[in-house]
Amino acid sequence: MSNIPDDLSYTKEHEWISGLEDGLVATVGITAFAAEALGDVVYVQLPEVGSTVEAGDSIGEVESTKSVSDIYTPVGGEVVEVNQTLVDDPSLANSDPYGEGWMFKVRADGDAADLLSAEEYAALTSGES
Amino acid sequence: MSRPTPLRDVHESLGATLTDFAGWLMPLRYGSESAEHNAVRQAAGLFDLSHMGEIFLTGPQAADALDYALVGHLSALATGRARYTMIVDERGGVLDDLIVYRLGDEEFMVVANASNAGKVADELMTRAKAYDARVEDRSDEYALIAVQGPRSQEILATLTDADLAGLKYYTGLPGRVDGREALIARTGYTGEDGFELFVAVQDAVPLWHALTAAGEPYGLKPAGLSSRDTLRLEAGMPLYGNELSAELTPFDAGMGRVVKFDKPGDFVGRSALEAVKDTPPRRRLTGLVARGRRVPRHGYPVTKDGAVVGEVTSGAPSQTLGKPIALAYVDAGIDAGEGLAVDIRGRQEPVDVVELPFYRRNK
Repeated sequence: MSNIPDDLSYTKEHEWISGLEDGLVATVGITAFAAEALGDVVYVQLPEVGSTVEAGDSIGEVESTKSVSDIYTPVGGEVVEVNQTLVDDPSLANSDPYGEGWMFKVRADGDAADLLSAEEYAALTSGES
Repeated sequence: MSRPTPLRDVHESLGATLTDFAGWLMPLRYGSESAEHNAVRQAAGLFDLSHMGEIFLTGPQAADALDYALVGHLSALATGRARYTMIVDERGGVLDDLIVYRLGDEEFMVVANASNAGKVADELMTRAKAYDARVEDRSDEYALIAVQGPRSQEILATLTDADLAGLKYYTGLPGRVDGREALIARTGYTGEDGFELFVAVQDAVPLWHALTAAGEPYGLKPAGLSSRDTLRLEAGMPLYGNELSAELTPFDAGMGRVVKFDKPGDFVGRSALEAVKDTPPRRRLTGLVARGRRVPRHGYPVTKDGAVVGEVTSGAPSQTLGKPIALAYVDAGIDAGEGLAVDIRGRQEPVDVVELPFYRRNK
């Protein structure tokens, strides 16, 4: 069973999001479940700072040894920061997916659609694992 | 339901990610596949390959039957030696690539890919009918454990009295490992020195534990199919279903050297292969290294000036080169020196053509 922190929200695309409740800047990354399913992450492509994104857009990709996955943004708004440390060391997505492995920050201009609680996400992933 | 190997419980206790592969439940990786890959390059890795097929041919005409059934000249193989070869259909299309071990004057073991083992056994039975030879699919009786990497010989030497130093590449001899009967073969699919141990199913678990303990001081790690794939790709070795298929002849795959026209007698596929042996193939199996970090993968188009000129058959990030690498069939007519790209989900990513293999070990 992978680690699913209680204080984050989740998406069906296996991303986590935090900071939404502040109405300010949300931080997004992929979950430990996603990182384990991918295997060693070798390349992360992130959106450009300053770009405007819409909820549900594919705004980047994660490559592992065996596969590649899109990164979707759960919220729309302006991308205000991306994790350059992760781009330089993609293995952080595996070793610390909820911390050093964060991916990008969005100044949200609306609500996120269809977010899951930790409990709901745990139920989703127990069906997939 | 996928079939488990005799080592399934061991894999689970090691926390392996298991995957379906050719109808078998196999370890994909135990932890980081990059670490497993590097362990094989730098120390040693331990693989469960029990999904592979072991088909035995025995009898006075076993050698003749194989000469007819396969493209290689197996009657010329000395006892104790192994040979990489292929089985083709009447049209010359590759049904599987194989390693054949000569265990005695009248005894051979054919090792087939898991995905093709049943088909190969059936074909061998049909093709051997006119010969005084018995074909037996004994895949269920054997487990196969491989120790691969530069420290393999030292590790194995702690568990056997067999003359490993005298065991040359592509040879195999019966011996005992950890007190258990084994066919000890110096073969592999990683581009490293290493051994493959064919043992009885009931010996698989204790042998795995013995090898794990023996290898611990040398840095041996259990390694899954994910690292096996990246290791063979770096070594430029073809994978059936990717670089090889029934739609391609050995010549199409750039492996015409395995076809031995000078052996006596007819063999299945001879006339079809003789007709194409001097025709340059339309496409050539080509090694590509990406300039960027996005990975060309199986099925992606190879392009030049916007036109499709080939297709990627295998691709992966290369641990050893630090860049993505790929094998691709590329049109023979084009100048592949400059301007090649791979269409990676809509973006043309530049690639350079390199000599194969991508990686060659220091001997």
